[in-house]
Amino acid sequence: MSDPPVEAPDDDLIPYASGDVAPRRHRRGSRVLDVIALVLRTTGELAMTLGVVILLFVVYELYFTGIATQRAQHHLEQQFAQDIRAHRPPVSAPGSPVPELGSGIAVMYAPRLGSSWKFVVVEGTGTDQLAKGPGHWDYPPDLARALGLVGPTAPPSAQKPLPDGSVPSAYPGDVGNFVVSGHRTTHSHPFYDADKFQPGDAIVVETTTTWYVYKVTGQQSVLPSDVAVTYPVPDQPGAVPTQKLITLTTCNPRYSASHRLVISGVLAYQQPLSAGNPAALTTGEA
Amino acid sequence: MYGWLWRHLPGPWPVRLVETLALVVGVVALLFYVVFPAADPHLPFNDVTVNTPTTISPAPTTGPTTATSPAPATSAAP
Repeated sequence: MSDPPVEAPDDDLIPYASGDVAPRRHRRGSRVLDVIALVLRTTGELAMTLGVVILLFVVYELYFTGIATQRAQHHLEQQFAQDIRAHRPPVSAPGSPVPELGSGIAVMYAPRLGSSWKFVVVEGTGTDQLAKGPGHWDYPPDLARALGLVGPTAPPSAQKPLPDGSVPSAYPGDVGNFVVSGHRTTHSHPFYDADKFQPGDAIVVETTTTWYVYKVTGQQSVLPSDVAVTYPVPDQPGAVPTQKLITLTTCNPRYSASHRLVISGVLAYQQPLSAGNPAALTTGEA
Repeated sequence: MYGWLWRHLPGPWPVRLVETLALVVGVVALLFYVVFPAADPHLPFNDVTVNTPTTISPAPTTGPTTATSPAPATSAAP
């Protein structure tokens, strides 16, 4: 009389019942599968992490860089107001020291871009300067020589060279080309809406003594290599300038670097700061 | 990776959660204040000047003109 073996647990059917810590169901090669799963999982996690980092970078570029620019602009505005109160001559005045890179040289207003659109233009167009605001363009040493802006043959309108050998483009109100470059989409994007400029619009520039009202004459999209738009007489290297021009450059289209947007203008009129705000500030027309 | 990190953080889960948030904040700060500023100058859409070449030819050609010429007295080449 033997009991039928119905009570015997079947290990194959109830693998967890025996109290073993870990079921031993893995077949051969399971370690390889584990490693592959680990690699796949980690790769996926890294890819998702990279995606998040890239999104964060977009946030950084479009918004976060503007915070530092706003702070720099606030500081530059205070400095500029102080310069006006102290009757400091404008940077282009005879005997004025060469402005330091990154220092404010003028305040720019563009009613077309908004009644509150106001930026202090800084000297230089390097990365550090453009992070503070629109930058006043200096001809690099090679270009300055090629344009005949240095040496005894330089026209009287040519600016004094900077310590590094580059020569500033014209300062506000000077004969020649006042060239200002600014960011289109990052660092507070001063020239975000630069394509909205219409001929006849006013670009108002305030120095420590004078209001200069420039009149927009046109805009064009050029290749990034088309430095000729910055010449004292645009497109005519070596020509002696007689007009007082302004040129704004920024990247075009937005979020791209394939072209440059160039806004051109010419000085319409000027008046001393003591004469009060120019009408163009409110009408927007030069 | 994240599972490994979670298993190796000390403390009960609420503590781990705080630790994780602290790590995230630290990494984001590192990105925003060190890594991203270093990468920023290399971005093409931050090029706003027209000086890509450092040398010029005597008679540079202008790019495609879509509007009026820069100076009223002069006209673009093409």
